Amino acid sequence: MSSPGYKEIVHQGLWHNNSGTVQLLGLCPLLAVTTTVINGLGLGLATTLTLVTSNVIVSMIRGLVRPEVRIPVFVLIIASTVTVIELAMNAWFHELYRILGIFIPLIVTNCVIIGRAESFASKQTVDRALLDGLAMGIGFTLVLVILGGMRELFGQGTLLAQAHLMFGEAGKMLTLTILDDYRGFLLAILPPGAFIGLGLIIAGMNIINARRERTAAGKLPVVQPSKA
Amino acid sequence: MDFGNYSSPHFPVSGSVATMMRHVLFALLPGSICMTWFFGPGVVCNLVLAALTAICSEAGMLYLRGKPVRSTLADSSALVTGILLALALPPLAPWWIPVIGTLFAVIVAKQLYGGIGYNPFNPAMAGYVVLLISFPLELTLWPAPHAGLGLSDTLALVFLDTLPAGMDLDTLTMATPMDSVRTRLGLEQTIPMMQDGELFGLVGAGGWEWVNFWFLIGGLWLFKARVIQWQIPASMLCALAGMALVFYLLDPETHTSPAFQLFSGAAMLGAFFIATDPVSASTTPTGRLFYGAGIGILTYIIRHWGGYPEGIAFAVLLMNMAAPTIDYYTQPRVFGKSGDET
Repeated sequence: MSSPGYKEIVHQGLWHNNSGTVQLLGLCPLLAVTTTVINGLGLGLATTLTLVTSNVIVSMIRGLVRPEVRIPVFVLIIASTVTVIELAMNAWFHELYRILGIFIPLIVTNCVIIGRAESFASKQTVDRALLDGLAMGIGFTLVLVILGGMRELFGQGTLLAQAHLMFGEAGKMLTLTILDDYRGFLLAILPPGAFIGLGLIIAGMNIINARRERTAAGKLPVVQPSKA
Repeated sequence: MDFGNYSSPHFPVSGSVATMMRHVLFALLPGSICMTWFFGPGVVCNLVLAALTAICSEAGMLYLRGKPVRSTLADSSALVTGILLALALPPLAPWWIPVIGTLFAVIVAKQLYGGIGYNPFNPAMAGYVVLLISFPLELTLWPAPHAGLGLSDTLALVFLDTLPAGMDLDTLTMATPMDSVRTRLGLEQTIPMMQDGELFGLVGAGGWEWVNFWFLIGGLWLFKARVIQWQIPASMLCALAGMALVFYLLDPETHTSPAFQLFSGAAMLGAFFIATDPVSASTTPTGRLFYGAGIGILTYIIRHWGGYPEGIAFAVLLMNMAAPTIDYYTQPRVFGKSGDET
């Protein structure tokens, strides 16, 4: 497999092959925990950390593991990484850990992580695997944060509520109440809001992509497909 | 030669969408007038707000999608969606309730799926369910029949959230009959014990039975005008009444009579106007029977064992999901072929 350049890796992870909106992997945590920005950010960072660690380890041992047993080995590596991160979060961000609940241990089953281990890290050098984990993780985090922001704003009229869970007491300053005296739009917080929100984000990305293609092809003559 | 590869439904449909929708609007008139008579000018207020929002949002979405605005608007399908949603809403709800509901119905449930003919769910009911889930409190603002709130007082309440002096919401509103039967059954009361107040009318729920009666008349006229087929309303009402009859005969103390089930809540409105939506309903004759029966059974189940007093909206949406499968298994036999030949 040819080695992609660093810029290409970043571009793939953040936009072109974004795990949340293009690959549509890891939808369960993506839809379930994004009720607020902070929940999204917390889970996104935990996933990013897991991705980077597992990618680096998988890339380091790629010459040692026989292909027949690679999947169980990947699973073991990912499971150990997630366990470490889970214990660390339990120690340092206990309240956030309790809010995110089952979705922290469930990072193990997030298809993004084993997907990147199998399709990228096991075939690439350590530096590329690290960058790929970082780019994929940040791309995923961005989707989580944007979706969380949309749902929080429509659902309860605030942004960055409960920021102290992540940033300590100083975080309370970050909480913005955008709409005072807002009655709340429960649908946005409930699961349908997550599906509709994700659909809108994907639609937005498709619009931007289509517009880019059009400007790129603007100079060329466009052949209309015949209707026959 | 152009041999078109036409998709279902393979049945001739009489009239255009526009004439059909106009018939539906006329048929809704008697029921709407009766609702206004019982529940005051708030009904008209909801109707106007929802109709305006429906037309504006449909026009806006058509413009954004680059579709012909004027000719598509002329089919009045958005108007019908708005009106049906408004008839389901409590008359004293604040002005943004019909507006948000209609926006969701037209923009998300209808236009984002591709506009008329493409929406898998009944837009009016999708909008209603969104409101019911998101604003449970506002959706209970049903006034008692003949609560006596005048036009100006209603407008003040709807738009400015101000009540006339000496009144509060608790004196104006009351639980709908279906809601209070449900609550009182939960308190271990029996149906005969509830005969005291205004809960029951002649056969159905007080006040509501007349609303249902006039929707029934409008629906029968629609059937006579060949806008709707008989299968869905008949099978839905039969299934609802059948379920009610079985449980009523088993235990009349804790189950309301079939007549009460048919003449309260949105039973008639649902059977003739909502379940028969030509886009989201089943399209084959046999399929329509199953579709209607499914709605009837689900409605009874939700009314009796579900979390909400009325279940038409949820039942219709659930059966909308099942409609493509029902259509698939109830394809009519092609003329000239025997049944076992495939």
